[in-house]
Amino acid sequence: MSNSTKVPNLQLSGLEPLVFNETLNFVNIGERTNVTGSKKFARLVLNDNYDEALEVALDQVRGGAQILDVCMDEAMLDGEAAMVRFLNLVASEPEISRIPVMVDSSKWKIILAGLKCIQGKGIVNSISLKNGEEEFLYQAKTIKKFGAAVVVMAFDEKGQADSYDRRIEICKKSYDLLTQKIKFKPQDIIFDPNVFPVATGMDEHKNNAVDYFRATKWIKENLPGAKVSGGVSNVSFSFRGNNPVREAMHAVFLYHAIQHGMDMGIVNPAMLEIYDDIPKELLERVEDVMWNKRDDATERLLDFADSVKSRGKKGKEDEAWRSFTVEKRMQHALVKGVLDYILEDTEEARLKLKDALKVIEGPLMDGMNVVGDLFGEGKMFLPQVVKSARVMKKAVAYLEPYMPLPGTNETTGEQEDNVKRILLATVKGDVHDIGKNIVGVVLACNSYKIIDLGVMVETDRIIQEALDNKAHIIGLSGLITPSLDEMVNVAAEMERRGLDIPLLIGGATTSRIHTAVKIDPVYSGIVVHVADASKSVPVAGDAINKETRDEYKKEIKATYQKLREVHAAKQEVKQMATYKEAKSNPVAIDWSTYVPVKPKKIGVTVLKDMDLSVIRDYIDWTPFFSTWMLSGRFPKILKDPVVGTEALKLYNDANKMLDRIVNEGWLKANAVFGLFPVQRSGDDLVVDPQFTGGKPYSFHFLRQQGRKGKNVPNRSLTDYIHPDATDYMGGFAVTAGLNIEAKLKDFKEQGDDYNDIMLKAMADRLAEATAEYLHLRVRKDFWGYSPAESLENEELIKENYTGIRPAPGYPACPEHSEKRTLFDLLEVEKNASMTLTDSFAMYPTSSVSGFYFGHPESKYFGLGKIGEDQVADYARRKGVSLAQAEKWLSPNLAYTPKLTSTPQ
Amino acid sequence: MERRTDLLLQQLQKRILILDGAMGTMIQRYGLQEEDFRNQELAAVKKSLKGNNDLLSLTRPGIIKDIHKAYFEAGADIVETNTFSSTSIAQEDYGLSEIAYKLNFESAKIAREVADDFSSREPDKPRFVAGAIGPTNRTASLSPDVNDPGFRAVSFDQLVAAYSEQIEGLLDGGVDLLLVETVFDTLNAKAAIFAIQEVYEKRNIPLEPSEGGVPIMVSGTITDASGRTLSGQTTEAFLISISHVPLLSIGLNCALGAAELRPYLKVLSDKSPFNVSVYPNAGLPNEFGEYDQGPEEMSEEVTLFLKQGWLNIVGGCCGTTPEHIAALAKSASNFPPRIKQALTQED
Repeated sequence: MSNSTKVPNLQLSGLEPLVFNETLNFVNIGERTNVTGSKKFARLVLNDNYDEALEVALDQVRGGAQILDVCMDEAMLDGEAAMVRFLNLVASEPEISRIPVMVDSSKWKIILAGLKCIQGKGIVNSISLKNGEEEFLYQAKTIKKFGAAVVVMAFDEKGQADSYDRRIEICKKSYDLLTQKIKFKPQDIIFDPNVFPVATGMDEHKNNAVDYFRATKWIKENLPGAKVSGGVSNVSFSFRGNNPVREAMHAVFLYHAIQHGMDMGIVNPAMLEIYDDIPKELLERVEDVMWNKRDDATERLLDFADSVKSRGKKGKEDEAWRSFTVEKRMQHALVKGVLDYILEDTEEARLKLKDALKVIEGPLMDGMNVVGDLFGEGKMFLPQVVKSARVMKKAVAYLEPYMPLPGTNETTGEQEDNVKRILLATVKGDVHDIGKNIVGVVLACNSYKIIDLGVMVETDRIIQEALDNKAHIIGLSGLITPSLDEMVNVAAEMERRGLDIPLLIGGATTSRIHTAVKIDPVYSGIVVHVADASKSVPVAGDAINKETRDEYKKEIKATYQKLREVHAAKQEVKQMATYKEAKSNPVAIDWSTYVPVKPKKIGVTVLKDMDLSVIRDYIDWTPFFSTWMLSGRFPKILKDPVVGTEALKLYNDANKMLDRIVNEGWLKANAVFGLFPVQRSGDDLVVDPQFTGGKPYSFHFLRQQGRKGKNVPNRSLTDYIHPDATDYMGGFAVTAGLNIEAKLKDFKEQGDDYNDIMLKAMADRLAEATAEYLHLRVRKDFWGYSPAESLENEELIKENYTGIRPAPGYPACPEHSEKRTLFDLLEVEKNASMTLTDSFAMYPTSSVSGFYFGHPESKYFGLGKIGEDQVADYARRKGVSLAQAEKWLSPNLAYTPKLTSTPQ
Repeated sequence: MERRTDLLLQQLQKRILILDGAMGTMIQRYGLQEEDFRNQELAAVKKSLKGNNDLLSLTRPGIIKDIHKAYFEAGADIVETNTFSSTSIAQEDYGLSEIAYKLNFESAKIAREVADDFSSREPDKPRFVAGAIGPTNRTASLSPDVNDPGFRAVSFDQLVAAYSEQIEGLLDGGVDLLLVETVFDTLNAKAAIFAIQEVYEKRNIPLEPSEGGVPIMVSGTITDASGRTLSGQTTEAFLISISHVPLLSIGLNCALGAAELRPYLKVLSDKSPFNVSVYPNAGLPNEFGEYDQGPEEMSEEVTLFLKQGWLNIVGGCCGTTPEHIAALAKSASNFPPRIKQALTQED
């Protein structure tokens, strides 16, 4: 470049850089994605055919465009929406988004919308002094904040520059304003000094090309760093319909403009002759016109034009791959994400292989395997893989009508449900789902039915949906490291609930070894780690297929066993305290000044058929709204700008139902609780047998065992009980779900899902409210350690009172079987008509049970991981086998239990 | 403000500055439980808050303070505020969008207090606070839905609004500089930079650090062996895309260990008109998602870059501890900082 002053190069970027250094020649701006310049593109966009519109962009890139001009200025179009839609789609096509984007519009709003969609450094086309300095500088300043370069038209309040002098005057003024007033980087300024037609027959147009050339030269010499661009096709405007002449004119114009310093331009490569290939006679006449060499230049070119016949166009895209075998072609299409021929290729493959399924299992899966391998090696990246999946999907959709119908088994003729269902979920605490979605797409391509539960899915829901949907496979995904533990939890819970559904593990942080060491041992069904989406299909197939699954299970279990052994051999001691150390670091409570408060009423108290009109005032409404997927805190949620209206409606309906529940006795609430003297014995609390009819009752608690920082205790609930003197604890069980079945049945019969869900939600809330109310009564009256307490419901919800009521199965005491002891001690079945299932779930579902601790220092905590020493001690204390204890405590185990110990 | 920026610029001329190490890794050591992430205000939040580390600035400020202290003691010149996820967008998963400003304000105050304490005790070694601005958990240029590649879970405008709130909180809390980090989608970073410019303009803060502005650091993340960001950009394209503001530094962090970052760091060192920073993970995670590269091993890998004269600022990301930072600081003191490329230099 000719500028002598030191200005850095113009640098642009898409996914890859485009740096205007000395080695870069003229930069070609693709212009077919411009609705004003391409009728075809305009039609595609207007008809909402964005797939083909994207192909136009792709053709531009493949045809050598280095910048993509996108323009949506069309009266019948919502330009902003179309710009956003198209640029977002371009971003998903790495082969296109490789190059920088030129956001082209005469409307400022559309320019802004476009700038908000491009991650690279693009160009705005264009701004000018047309409406004065103020607007010009404001727009330029905004463009600068987005980090884009800008095309400045030679245009001011007086109009478009049409002479050499006007061109340089406006460009100079624009340049000075930009660089001096708002420090716009000079290298980011691109001038468009107006390409106007020549050979129009009008005298004032004769110098149009010459003026452009000279102005370009002046800009490059006098405005350091600035670049020059232009729309080349304008120059041949008067020869519309005569492509050979136009192509020659473009070539000649470009040749000289570049010589004079033009850096980039909008050129249709299909409308461009090679300068050296222009026939001599034509070349001479075009040169005469361009340079205004003789008065009759226009006439001479017109004469000649009539004699030039239109020639055929040259198709020069690289279509070599089209001559490959059909299998290779399909692979190519998948790897490159090319949709163009996939349907015809798929059809050809189907005829060749004579079986739609074989097309999927053969060439399509082979292609996807290549994609998976390339992705794994870092030779393809995510957006490309997503694109490949789309090609796959399109092919499979085409094959679908040729596939055997679900519901009949072709070989046996038996009627059976052979739709393979895969449930996919990103585990609790994790929001990443790109990988999972890809697996979903790939599996869906293979005629699996996908049940996608989305992200942050709770374990219970995964299992319930899997059972409800009769899923053949559960696939868990996660990207962040805490998800690894969560997957173990899910697997352990699947085991506890007695599931036998194969479990696939995938996601960025997962690994074969983690699956082998941590997940496989806690689940007796098939567990397989899937390295990437493309590998999920064969694995899923083997895990489901009745003929192979037993063999496969044996094989994979053995593989993981071996991996575990190798791993164990090189294990060191974990960051855990020993149980002994943990016990010597309890919650520091000064017992010397504390006198336990003796409950006013020791023993069991039964409260049947509690008054729901009182209890309803203790409802915590926030979780009610989250049950209905409305997030926000009560009562603020009722005024929320987004969900407020809906929330208020729901709240009114709920209260109407509550009125009927109370007045018509739809639900019955029972409660039972007991307060007892207890003695500490290690981490057990032994109930004074005087108050149990002589029967021995002990509650067994667990102690945090992670290595703690300074002054952080290893907590156990027993820490809140006096170590030597007689102290007290309580237990309770409440339900508000009695008699619910009758009403639910009514709703079911009427197909009234709304009220069905509403009633269940209300029963849950009432059960919690009953627990809240009961706790209050216990603190104030029955135990009476806070007789003067006076808190509003809101403060109760915030737990601003003394004492806690941890529930067995929840973080502080996560072992569910303690509920059995509690139920026996309080005779809950008899006293409150509640029951426990074999896996210690309470029925009615709307029930709560827990312990009472009254010490002022007592607070909730999570147990976390515990070591084998504590588990062994716990098993001894409970009088169960180590294996049983390990099964109950599996989510909390800091180690992998030995496989030999099979729980009964 | 001006004085502190000048001090920072002077220090950068003289030596390689040390950034702190991982916050999460240190927090893990405390073995915190659900209740540690709650205070009265958060007691009624029904979603599990455990793991929402930014909340600790409100619920357990002592821990955050101690971690900042530990890094300053290990030799860090700059600590990052505990605000990686403190945008209304990132907090939405916990239903805590409303507290974003407060998180930033309080976290900045905590770090400010610790930094001032150290600076007043050792005036020769002034300590600085960088306001950490994470990528949020949504991508502005990728669709989370394969069947609808044109879909976006977040818009540029939404990002600008969330980032503006975060930046206001950080500035009000007294940070010395802003660090837009772990950039996996450049459009998100551009929204952050846009928000910074708007907030500075509103507050009359110059963009140029040399004019007394609050300096801006940007650090990108190469996600895998392809050598590109998650949104597909090469290192150089990433540099070009965010060079429109006068950055204090550009660099790379997270995802990979030091050794793996080498080729991409070289690109930045060769091409960047700004200072260059790096704060890698402690190696690649093992199969359990843990980082086990020790301080010495990591420092050896980084020292190779220091020897090349590629760096101006160095620190640690996931898995690094005060021990790692101490080792890096020790090594960095033996090498001169990278000399900035003259802006006019041609390729």
